[in-house]
Amino acid sequence: MNKLIDLQHISKTYDSNVVLDDMNLYIRENEFLTLLGPSGCGKTTTLRIIGGFETPDRGQVIFDGCDITSLPPNKRQLNTVFQKYALFPHMNIGENIAFGLRIRNKPQNYIRDKIKYALKLVNLDGYEKRMPDSLSGGQQQRIAIARAIVNEPKVLLLDEPLGALDLKLRQDMQYELIRLKNELGITFIYVTHDQEEALTMSDTIVVMNQGYIQQIGTPETIYNEPENAFVADFIGDSNILDAVMVRDELVEILGTRFACVDKGFGQNKPVDVVIRPEDVELVEPQRGILQGVVSHIIFKGVHYEMEVTANGFEWLVQSTRMFPVGTPVGLLVDPFNIQIMNKPESEDEEAIGCDE
Amino acid sequence: MKNTLRKLYIGLIFLFLYAPIVTLMVLSFNASKTRAKWGGFTMKWYLSMFRNEAILQALSNTLIIALLSSLTATVIGTVACISMQSMKRRNRAVIMGVTNIPMLNADIVTGISLMLLFITLGLRFGFMTILLSHITFNIPYVILSVMPRMKQLNPSIYEAALDLGASHIQAFFKVVFPDILPGVLSGFLMAFTMSLDDFIITHFTKGPGIDTLSTKIYTEVKKGIKPEMYALSTLIFVTVLVLLLLVNKTPSGKKKLRKR
Amino acid sequence: MNKKTLAFPYVFWSVAFIVIPLGMIFYYGLTDKTGAFTLENIATIATAEHSKALLLAAWLSLVSTAVCFLLAYPLAMILANMNVNQHSFIVLIFILPMWMNFLLRTLAWQTLLEKTGVLNSILAFFHLPILEIINTPAAIILGMVYNFLPFMVLPVYNALTKIDKNVINAARDLGANSMQTFFRIIFPLSIPGIISGITMVFIPALTTFVISTLLGGSKILLIGNVIEQEFTQTGNWHLGSGLSIVLMVFILINMAAEAFFDKNGEGTAL
Repeated sequence: MNKLIDLQHISKTYDSNVVLDDMNLYIRENEFLTLLGPSGCGKTTTLRIIGGFETPDRGQVIFDGCDITSLPPNKRQLNTVFQKYALFPHMNIGENIAFGLRIRNKPQNYIRDKIKYALKLVNLDGYEKRMPDSLSGGQQQRIAIARAIVNEPKVLLLDEPLGALDLKLRQDMQYELIRLKNELGITFIYVTHDQEEALTMSDTIVVMNQGYIQQIGTPETIYNEPENAFVADFIGDSNILDAVMVRDELVEILGTRFACVDKGFGQNKPVDVVIRPEDVELVEPQRGILQGVVSHIIFKGVHYEMEVTANGFEWLVQSTRMFPVGTPVGLLVDPFNIQIMNKPESEDEEAIGCDE
Repeated sequence: MKNTLRKLYIGLIFLFLYAPIVTLMVLSFNASKTRAKWGGFTMKWYLSMFRNEAILQALSNTLIIALLSSLTATVIGTVACISMQSMKRRNRAVIMGVTNIPMLNADIVTGISLMLLFITLGLRFGFMTILLSHITFNIPYVILSVMPRMKQLNPSIYEAALDLGASHIQAFFKVVFPDILPGVLSGFLMAFTMSLDDFIITHFTKGPGIDTLSTKIYTEVKKGIKPEMYALSTLIFVTVLVLLLLVNKTPSGKKKLRKR
Repeated sequence: MNKKTLAFPYVFWSVAFIVIPLGMIFYYGLTDKTGAFTLENIATIATAEHSKALLLAAWLSLVSTAVCFLLAYPLAMILANMNVNQHSFIVLIFILPMWMNFLLRTLAWQTLLEKTGVLNSILAFFHLPILEIINTPAAIILGMVYNFLPFMVLPVYNALTKIDKNVINAARDLGANSMQTFFRIIFPLSIPGIISGITMVFIPALTTFVISTLLGGSKILLIGNVIEQEFTQTGNWHLGSGLSIVLMVFILINMAAEAFFDKNGEGTAL
């Protein structure tokens, strides 16, 4: 395991507003790491601190073993792809891409080759002479990436680069970015508030809220084993319920006891429980652990999304089978699919309610 | 260190811009009749100013012309902006080009061109010719401050108002106009200020027997400016300053400013 | 009701009071007293008296434009970096002096500059050499800079505040130091503002007759003074119009430059 960037005890305050509080995070070489969270969670500030556009109030930024905390951006071996692209409006595409190379006084033919290579890489060959404002948003975005990568940075920082694009283009660009990352073999640090983007592209996701890291993990872990209610709620749809851990492997939800697989929470301890809507199985009433009635149904394409009222709770359920409104149903949950989480210890970590 | 240098630089520029104004204010309290020497503090010019028929007449001419010309210009200019929105690109470009002429042209050329026009038309030089000229150079200020607002305006809100049952006129006054109002107001204020401060164009389009403050001062230059003039100018300046401070200080005024 | 007809009052107005009057200058400038076509009025610019006035005016206005630029650019940079969210407040500070009459403001410089004036009293107090610039071309330059400085500051300030902060960050990110960022990014992006500022200072300075009258004594004649005298004293409108046509050539060059750089046609002045 090779720590390329190591953030140690980073804190940042903007006029009495704590944006980051004692944050610790390391990023490995060749990793695609995503900082995910609602606006105001501190993800962009973290990126700007790594890029050198902000100096933390406390803490260090270690890059490849050197302290770069107060190094200006132009001295750092990393490049940024900005939100809304930030192309130089008075230069054509070729000049935009060549900017970093000209600053470093690279020879003319090297620069020419690099421009060609970079444009090919982002599938925009022959665009050298065009001006930025004649390109579409998606094309400008590719140029912004090309402009950054010709400098062969060790790390590419991407600040919500797909935020301004429409849905279809955004999905195409996600695959494009994964391809680029694999071809270049460098580290990507990606900031987004879009959980789908994060799940699709990342090796590691860092979920942040209100200046704190909520959970670090692979997309699978983050989705399947959220550590707290905020993560569960922010990533995907979920049923989050108050429950009591009766003993190991047995939890009481809405007055009904469910078998589960978690241990070590203690006895009769209040906990949060998350159950994904696709993990709730609808069966005949007598076969279910809980009995309820379908109250809403929407067709979503791959599946139906239903709301089932059972024990006074509106369960969100996804199923490929349709149950008309008013049908009495039974609910079943596989013990493996019940995710038990500790209740937040303090107000600060009480994260739900900071909505996007 | 760098910060102190910056502040010093800003300070020096403002000293440069405001030193003559302070000088004039000081002169308005100077008991001596010449501006060359200080004869002690007095308020007498402020009193005699109100008994000086000629100065009061010039003041009222100036204010009436400024008010009438900027109001007329605001109406004509705003209406022009509304209709330019629905014009073809090329026509709009031509009109904007013509609008830019008085802004970019030298005042002296604008002044003499209007003078030649009025001579040819056989108009009697006086209040009317000054007013027409002021309206002419004021309209561009209105158009240039309303037009950007107009462009920012979401065209759907007008259609939304129509869709919800408003007539064209209602839709305009209830939805479009409030949105462009800040532009209209700042255009009006700009026009008023420019009219008030104009000398050159008035110089060429006024006739004998009528004076604005500017032209009156110009004729007094050779004989020596009457100290009442300093008193009057100080009074006008301070009034405007106080008004602006009040607008900025009141909570509602602050909100309006921030909205921009 | 057709919206386009609403433009009629303004179109009528601009034809009647902008286009036709300009045409009249050309008519008078290109004819003699009998109404016959002649180029003589324009040719008089070549006479010693007129060409001297034009050259002096061009020189003084060039110098004042340059001084305005040198003073205004750093100021606009500082103001743009101050993050004052009250954009209108900055504009106000520069417009406020206009509420004190332009002639009086300029005359006040006489009081400040005179041999025994305020400025020299201060200089003498510090045992510095006194300035004797009243009634010299230097005083005229000072008057021009004083009157037209805001017209340089505001467009440059506007152009600078319009630059996307992330564009500057991007340049830093790509390795440019602050000097490189300034010369390759900030300065080129502020050129439309600079051009607009130059136009708004150079044209009124070139054509002024008031500042030269007030601060230059009666000896220094600029082209503006010559034209003014033809209209108000000599009464030779044909000659005055002819000389105005010469001035308009300068104005047209400036307008063309501005149109070239300000492609949006929005104007950065206000």
